[in-house]
Formats: sequence, structure tokens, C-alpha cells
Amino acid sequence: MIEAEDVTRSYELDGVTVAALRGVSLNIRQGDYVAIIGPSGSGKSTLMHLLGALDRPTTGRLLIDGKDVTALSAPEMAKLRNETIGFVFQSFHLLPRTSAVDNVALPLVYRGLGARDRRRHAAATLERVGLGHRLGHRPNQMSGGEQQRVAIARALVTSPKVLLADEPTGNLDSATGVAVLDLLERLNTDDNVALVLVTHDRDVAARAHRQIAMRDGVIVQ
Amino acid sequence: MRLAEAWRVALDALRANRMRSGLTMLGMVIGVAAVVVLVALGTGTKETVEAQVEGLGSNLLIVVPGQVNFSSAPTLSRMDNSDLEAMVKVVGDRDRITASLTSGENVRAGSNTAFTTVNGVMESTPKVFLRDLGTGIYLSRTDVDTGRRVAVLGSLVAQRLFGERDAVGQQVTIAGVRFRVVGVFAPLGQSLGVDRDNEVHIPITTAQRLFGTGRVDAFAVKAPDRETIDQLGDQMLAELRRRHPDTEFSAVTQEQILGVLGDILGILTTVLAAIAGISLLVGGVGVSNIMLVSVRERTREIGLRKAVGARPRDIGLQFLLEAVLLTSVGGLAGMGLGVAASLLTAALTPVPATITWWSMALAFGVSAGVGIIFGVVPAQRAGRLDPVVALRTD
Ligand SMILES: Nc1ncnc2c1ncn2[C@@H]1O[C@H](COP(=O)(O)OP(=O)(O)OP(=O)(O)O)[C@@H](O)[C@H]1O
Ligand SMILES: [Mg+2]
Repeated sequence: MIEAEDVTRSYELDGVTVAALRGVSLNIRQGDYVAIIGPSGSGKSTLMHLLGALDRPTTGRLLIDGKDVTALSAPEMAKLRNETIGFVFQSFHLLPRTSAVDNVALPLVYRGLGARDRRRHAAATLERVGLGHRLGHRPNQMSGGEQQRVAIARALVTSPKVLLADEPTGNLDSATGVAVLDLLERLNTDDNVALVLVTHDRDVAARAHRQIAMRDGVIVQ
Repeated sequence: MRLAEAWRVALDALRANRMRSGLTMLGMVIGVAAVVVLVALGTGTKETVEAQVEGLGSNLLIVVPGQVNFSSAPTLSRMDNSDLEAMVKVVGDRDRITASLTSGENVRAGSNTAFTTVNGVMESTPKVFLRDLGTGIYLSRTDVDTGRRVAVLGSLVAQRLFGERDAVGQQVTIAGVRFRVVGVFAPLGQSLGVDRDNEVHIPITTAQRLFGTGRVDAFAVKAPDRETIDQLGDQMLAELRRRHPDTEFSAVTQEQILGVLGDILGILTTVLAAIAGISLLVGGVGVSNIMLVSVRERTREIGLRKAVGARPRDIGLQFLLEAVLLTSVGGLAGMGLGVAASLLTAALTPVPATITWWSMALAFGVSAGVGIIFGVVPAQRAGRLDPVVALRTD
């Protein structure tokens, strides 16, 4: 599904080169459940952006769904993200002043689906994450846990092959966090979606099938 | 993403920021309204002036000494009654030509005085220029031939001197000499800034005696048809130049006057429209600014949209359409406001207004175009945003 081979990513900052990733190799297969842990600044988010085709590696080889990311144009990468990847962010990233159902339907807009089909799909997906009764709610009318479930529904609505969740429980209290985690794991087992999870929490990481520990831009274990 | 969808996305975004959208539109509204109003007033004025010139009569030809030129002072005439005889001969019909000798004088009746233009003219004047009498009769050939002290008053002069009383048969004093009023003109109104109701006609011969001169200032001829105007003018000029070899004469037709005035007022209208157009541009710059602010404010939204599959083009289109929507809706509102303001101005002030479809189309087209031109830069900036950077922004 995703193959990373000796991938690096460095930034030019005021003439100084900052190496965020210094040679990472990694395979994500269908149905995988991988937890990435590591201290702050170790390059976890940078890696997630690469795995999600939001960014291109500076060097190395990166195949997503069989496509070489370094050879893709910006529109081709957008298409790849839309069809293959589902993102869940720590800070939800829902559109304000926009209903839950329209937030969830957003990825389908860029698939060229008609408004009615989008709503139908979005409503069904919200139903799956237990928010069938919150279709018309706006983000500021929902709890943090509910907002993150809307975000998960949005990641799910396109039936992606990989769910990339960067600290999905980071802004939630532990009980709500566990519920969100349960939901993600259920999707992983039921739909056979690969789940890649960044977390600071060792207990959370322990639930994954595979753990990847990072430090200073490399995988240490 | 389909275009219809892009419109909806843009519309939703504008609705989500009603206040800001409204204020941004205001610049366009005012700019477009200004164009529509100024063009309407300019065009209205032009049409009114042209109607006034045409209202003088048709196929008119004016012959004066010197150059007809808006910048040089009028030349003092050296023409006299023998020239008048010669001109009548050239025209061949005494009913088609009139001469004039003009002076500003005080006219008195009892204790009332009016300062007015006294025109010494021929009896043919009402046939050359369109002028209707309200009461009484006009000057006769005998009046002119024998230099009688008779006068025809403009309606304003009659009103000032005699109030509501009938002026016909009454006495007036012009430059200290008594005249009998034989007629009063029907009210005519303004023509080219001259109040044509504030004048008095007396026989040209009487005027020459009154002013102590043998001079004739100008000739006016009504040609039988348009085709003969130029030929008639040439013949009159040739004869005058033969009689006064060292003097310049010129002949202007009503069409030439119309042309010159039309050009001047047309330029005026264009200049007004251009000035108003600048306010449109300023409005456009405002739209551009707001769109740039909007791009910055919605960086996270842009990052998110890209994360879920929006291409640079989709984002760019969304912001471009937002700008175009802002300016064209503002343009439509400005058109409405402009029409309303034009009609109101015309109703409440003497300034005439003519609403032209081209000014509306132009203003609307420009405002939509301004949206495109000034929307491109913000749209490109939005489209090119790096999604990773955009998502990290807060
Ligand atoms: N746009 C950028 N320009 C320069 N340096 C960057 C940029 N983005 C990230 N970095 C650097 O790359 C390194 C890795 O950052 P990253 O966000 O991947 O860490 P992280 O493991 O996700 O940390 P955290 O747990 O705090 O989220 C950091 O040192 C960061 O300063
Ligand atoms: Mg991070």
C-alpha cells in the first residue's frame, strides 16, 4: 500500500538546512495497524505528511498505492489523497459555520459527486460513527469527541485504503479519547483499512499491531 | 470539481462572512453607481443642449465677421446696410434672411426697469428662427423700412415691466427713447445658457439710429434645404470678402455648432465616466485586499480542502469566483443605485439625466472584469499554498 525507502525530508530555514527526516524506510500494508511514537520534534508529523501524499520527500523513494510520489504533479497528488488517504488531525480541522454533514461531504465535492449523493453518503457515514442525530450541527455546537468523530467520518466517506491519524486523541480527555480510539480500531478491523496512528501515549501505542519509535528523524526500533 | 459546485462553494464562503462581503461590495456599488449617474447626467445635458440648438430652427446659417472660435474675442463688425442689401440679393428671398445689431440696454416702463438684450432685427426674424408670439404682432416691413419706434418684448421682460398686465399698446423707454410695444413673445426658456425670454426686438434701422451707428453685426439665413446651406454660405462669404477685402468672415451652420457642442459635451461625459471609472478601480483594489486577507484568514481551510483532495485549480477557482461574485453583485447593486440616483437628480434639479444602456453594460462589465483581474493574484496565492504549511498555521 505504502512503501517508503530511505526517505529524507529537510527544510531550508534562513540558509540553514534542518533535517526533519534522515532516512526512513517503512511499509504499510492493507489492514495494518501501526502506532508511531517518539518525542516532540522527532519527525512523526513530517513522516505522516509524506505517507499521506501531502508532501514530497527530499530524497528516497516513496510509493503510495503503487504510485511514485516524487513523479506526481500537484493535481495528481490531490487525486491520490482524495482516493486513497483519510486524514484525522489533532485539532479536527472542521470548517466553521458548516454543518456536520457538509463537513463530512467535503472530500466528495472534489470527486465531482452531486449534492444529493454527497449528502446521502455523508449522512450514512455519520450514522456509522454514531452521529446520525447530529447531521445539522455545526462544529461549535458539538463536543470535542463529537467533532473528532465528524472528522473521522470525513476521512472515511471516500472509503480510503489508509487512515492517517496524527495524535487524534491529543485534544480529548482520556475517556473520550478511548472512545475515539475504539472507533478507529473498529474501522480498521471491519473495513480492513490500514490505520497509522501517531501518539505520545504508550498505552495507546500498545494497542497497535506494530509500533514504530522515532528519534531525531530516524526510526530507532 | 464542477463549475456549478465552485459557484456554490464561493457563495457559501461569502455568506459566511456577510459583513465583510457587504463592505467590500460597497466600493464596487459606489464606483458603478458613479459611472451610471455621471454618464446619465452628461448624456442628458448633451441631448438637452442639442435639442436647444435644433429648437432654433432648421437649416440655419449664421454669417459673422472674424473667426468663429471659442477662444478669441468677437471681431467688431464693419458691415453696414449696403452689405445687408447685397446679402438679401445673394439669398434672393428677404423672408429667409435677417440681420442683427445687438446691445445690452435698460428698458423702462413707469417705475419698473429691466436690463435686457436689445436686438435690432428685420421683420423676417420669426421666419428664420422659430419664434412664436404670445400676444400682439411682430415687426412689419414698414417698421423696418421707416425705422419706427416699435418693440416686441420677450415674455420675461414683459412680465418684469408690466406684471400680469397686457404689455401690447403700452409705452416703454429704451436708452431714453420711447417705444410702443406691438407684441410679446411666447415663453421659450433657456438656449445655450442665454435666457431667450429676456430680450427685446426692435427694427434694425431704429436700432442703428438709437445706438448711433450704421453697423450690422451678423446675418442669419434659413436655407430652403440642407443641400443648399453650404453653397449659400460660400456665396455670401465670397460677396462679403469682395466688398471687404481686408476682413475675415465666417459662416457656421447649425450642424457645425451641434457638432462642436456635441464633441465638447461628449468629451465631458467621457471624462466624467473615466473619473468614475477610477473609483471602480479603487473598489477593485479593495476587493483584491479583502481577498488577500481572506486567503490568509482561511489558510487552514485551504490546507484542509487540499488534504481531502482539492487541486490548486479548485482552490484558485473558488477564490476567483468569490472575487467575481463580490464585484458583479456589487456592480448590479451599483446599477440599481445609479439609475435611482440619476432619476432623483433629474427630478429634483434642473440637470437632465438620460440613462444609457451602454454605460450600465460598461460599468457591469468593468466590475465583473475588475473581479477577475483583482481576484487572480489572491486566487493564485491560495491555489499555490503548500497544504502542509497551511495545515500547520493557526
Ligand atoms: N516547515 C518547516 N520548516 C522548518 N523546519 C520544520 C518545518 N516543519 C517541521 N520542521 C522541523 O522538523 C522537525 C520535525 O517536526 P515534526 O512536526 O515532524 O515533529 P513531531 O515529531 O510531529 O513533533 P510533535 O510531537 O511535537 O508533533 C522539527 O524539528 C521541526 O522544527
Ligand atoms: Mg507532530
